[in-house]
Amino acid sequence: MSAEMTIDHSGSVHGCTSVVSTSGSGAPVLEVRGLKTHFFTRAGIVKAVDGVDLSVGEGEIVGLVGESGSGKSITGFSLLGLVDAPGRVVDGEIRFNGEDLRQVSASRWRALRGNDIAMIFQDPMMTLNPVLRVDTQMVEAVLAHNRVSRETARARALEVLTKVGIPSPEERLRAYPHQLSGGMRQRVAIAIALLNKPRLIIADEPTTALDVTIQGQILYEMQKLCRETGTGLIWITHDLAVVAGLADRVAVMYAGRVVETGTTEAVINHALHPYTHGLIASIPTPSTRGKPLDPIPGMTPSLLNLPEGCAFRTRCGRATDACRQAPEAVEHRLRHWARCWHAGER
Amino acid sequence: MLATIIRRLLQTLVVLLVMSALVFVGIYLVGDPVSMLASPEATDAQREAIRVSLGLDKPLWMQYFVFLGQAVQGDFGNSFLTGEPAMRLIVERMPATMELATVAMLMSVLIGVPLGIIAGLRPRAVSSRTIMTGSVLGFSLPNFWVGLMLIMLFAVQLGWLPASGRGETVSVLGVPLSVLTLDGWASLILPASTIALAKCAMIIRVTRAATREALPMDYIKFARAKGISEKRVLGVHLLKNILIPIVTIAGLEFGQVVAFAVVTETVFSWPGMGKLLIDSIINLDRPVVVAYLMLIVFFLVLLNLVVDIIYTVLDPRVRLERRT
Amino acid sequence: MTTPVSPVESVAPVQAAKVETPLRRFMVDFCASKLALLGVVLLLLTVGAAIFAPWIAPQNPFDIATLDILDSKLPPGSESGDSSMTYWLGTDGQARDVFSAILYGMRTSLMVGSISVLAAFAIGATVGLIAAYFGGRIDAFLMRAVDIQLSFPAILVALILLAILGKGVDKVIIALVVVQWAYFARAARGAALVERSKEYVEAARCMSLGWGRVLFRHVLPNCMPPLIVIATIDLAHAIALEATLSFLGVGVPVTEPSLGMLISNGFEYLLSGLYWISFFPGIALAIAIIGINLVGDHLRDVLNPHNAA
Repeated sequence: MSAEMTIDHSGSVHGCTSVVSTSGSGAPVLEVRGLKTHFFTRAGIVKAVDGVDLSVGEGEIVGLVGESGSGKSITGFSLLGLVDAPGRVVDGEIRFNGEDLRQVSASRWRALRGNDIAMIFQDPMMTLNPVLRVDTQMVEAVLAHNRVSRETARARALEVLTKVGIPSPEERLRAYPHQLSGGMRQRVAIAIALLNKPRLIIADEPTTALDVTIQGQILYEMQKLCRETGTGLIWITHDLAVVAGLADRVAVMYAGRVVETGTTEAVINHALHPYTHGLIASIPTPSTRGKPLDPIPGMTPSLLNLPEGCAFRTRCGRATDACRQAPEAVEHRLRHWARCWHAGER
Repeated sequence: MLATIIRRLLQTLVVLLVMSALVFVGIYLVGDPVSMLASPEATDAQREAIRVSLGLDKPLWMQYFVFLGQAVQGDFGNSFLTGEPAMRLIVERMPATMELATVAMLMSVLIGVPLGIIAGLRPRAVSSRTIMTGSVLGFSLPNFWVGLMLIMLFAVQLGWLPASGRGETVSVLGVPLSVLTLDGWASLILPASTIALAKCAMIIRVTRAATREALPMDYIKFARAKGISEKRVLGVHLLKNILIPIVTIAGLEFGQVVAFAVVTETVFSWPGMGKLLIDSIINLDRPVVVAYLMLIVFFLVLLNLVVDIIYTVLDPRVRLERRT
Repeated sequence: MTTPVSPVESVAPVQAAKVETPLRRFMVDFCASKLALLGVVLLLLTVGAAIFAPWIAPQNPFDIATLDILDSKLPPGSESGDSSMTYWLGTDGQARDVFSAILYGMRTSLMVGSISVLAAFAIGATVGLIAAYFGGRIDAFLMRAVDIQLSFPAILVALILLAILGKGVDKVIIALVVVQWAYFARAARGAALVERSKEYVEAARCMSLGWGRVLFRHVLPNCMPPLIVIATIDLAHAIALEATLSFLGVGVPVTEPSLGMLISNGFEYLLSGLYWISFFPGIALAIAIIGINLVGDHLRDVLNPHNAA
């Protein structure tokens, strides 16, 4: 997906958003404030997630963008209560349909997972159990939350497989994961997420491991499904271009914090945070052809010892002494927030 | 698949030939069975007569070929001691050994797998560390000594269980089994526990290692993300995956148990193949020793083959790859 | 052949200098486990007992002149007939002090075990290294022999061998070596294969060093960690196997009994309730084996981070 297409695309996305946008037309499906997930290792405390604010409305697609190590996957796991030891959520508020997820019991979590909130993982080869058949893995997901017969569950699985565009679904059901291609496996994973009609889907880089053409198909289908069913979607990725064509809103993460969030159009065309700006500027477009690329200087800091204050300041062209203080999230324009003392400059 | 089986059987044949030759020659060199069979007052002529009757007067290589020729027909010669067909003697005592080995292995797996999973779930917990330390004890204590101590405790001091021998048997399809009688169990439990102690320790270790390897896998996390009950996550998703290495190892260990039964059968005077072997070695009863070895080799290779097949059945990745 | 004093010789000192810090790190890692330290303590106890047996033992149980037949089958803690000593662990059927017998028996057990492991190590490692170095048909042939050897239960191989060879300490050692060399061979080959592709082997070969030199002076030292782990665990197996064989009556001769033979001696008295003749030698044997296993277990965790608990 070239950036040109993206920028153009964002024009049409903008149009789409204004037509279909249900965000704001009711309470958000998911409301996250100040989420912090830390890992207590022998080497020290790894602050994987250190201040994340998110909100997802009904049928809204939110892109969570960040490089590897920015904490985006852990954010996804935190929202499902799947953070493994030695990590745990230490602070913040997670409200799902108004319910406070941090107070929730283990059995309530199990009722929510796969039912109201579903997750799609990155590598479908490893997420599907290699020694169990596809139908076993789908039927158990239905039976875990619904008291129905096995046949009914299987019928539902068939229905959903068809919906995600898998040819000859009956055969696929009887197959083992390794007998399916990568794209097929990921569609199965998506189908599993849709089985119980969740209100929110968290997709963790679901297309990163796939061919570009398959990627395009899946993106299109996910978008269609969410619009049709009114399911909220958080799409976690490192690829801003992907998100630009898909999402209604974008949240940019850096070193465990969300540094900018707003509508896709706003963030891409009027980036406030220098990091976002750098991300967009480093994407090659036909207009920059022949010119040297403009990467962000420096390297991501280790999450074990982040720089004091704003984590980006060691690589930032706008950094001043004020940046030694961690910036607050400020709403600079309507529903467009940024954590930067020098937001919007240059 | 068929090709592999055939290849395996051919390999077995080669191994059998080599083994038989080695053992045949070796035992020939050891001693003179005639002196054991003949009474001390026997004259030379009488000794010679015995020698001839046993075919021991012929040169070694000829004896070996005679043996081979007969072996192919299933005739492994007669015991020097009792005159009965050697193979029949062994086969008669096979059920006892197999019964002991099977019960011991089952005990080890049924106790060892759950303990191993517990130890693997939370490696740093007190319970799992106790289990692991216990397992070191399990395979460190010498097998025969454990048997002796069990006898001392349960048979001598407490008098609950018999110190030796096999219990009452019930014939099933012509095979006498003692697992079907209460009395049989009373005699079976001590020797089976002796064997099971060390094997259980091994299974615990293997299960724990497999569990620790499987738990961080994505498919476990994904199963939880689907909202599946923890019981099912562990009992189906985890278990089916770790069963593959466990069954493979348990299968191979079964062969070792059958062989090592020699010791347990001696301690408990259990009327199995192992005891027969020891007695035959001491008595220089060559046909029986050779017949036993042939049988064991064949059994081990068969076991290997069966384990391979089971592995293929359990792991769909292997099974279905073969076809394409 | 004159070899210029250069890369090869300077490789060795560099490796020697590096050995210091990994060794120190190893000691720290090793001592982190209390169980392993317990194992070391147990080991020292048993080895000490074995080495100093003639000085610690109150009696030489194999010197018939010192035995008083009237003192036989006495329970633990009894006084001897002439009140010259206390039989702390009782006496056996031939009036031998069990405690002294254990000390001397431990000697035999440890000696037989250690010698056989060392010999098996030497032979097995050589075979494994050669197989890995030369590859091809030599490798295939050697490894097939190893595989066949390993597929046979050790006890059967040992039994048959001893049936053929007869009784005697040396025969037992030979049988144990035959049973164990294959483990070392396989491990050495595995380790050597990994090393073979490394640069220093290339360098040494370029210097036209004989393969013997390359293998033993350069490759072998780097293969040591897994081999040491196997040696430790194998020592426990060897001692247990020797005890088993002696118990069955095909092991060491009566004149030089090991702990296994002592246990066997006590077997017949077990049913009459004279438990101590078998019990205490068994405890001693167990202590030795447990000590070795605890150490070996932790060694494996320390030297191979994959298996770390």
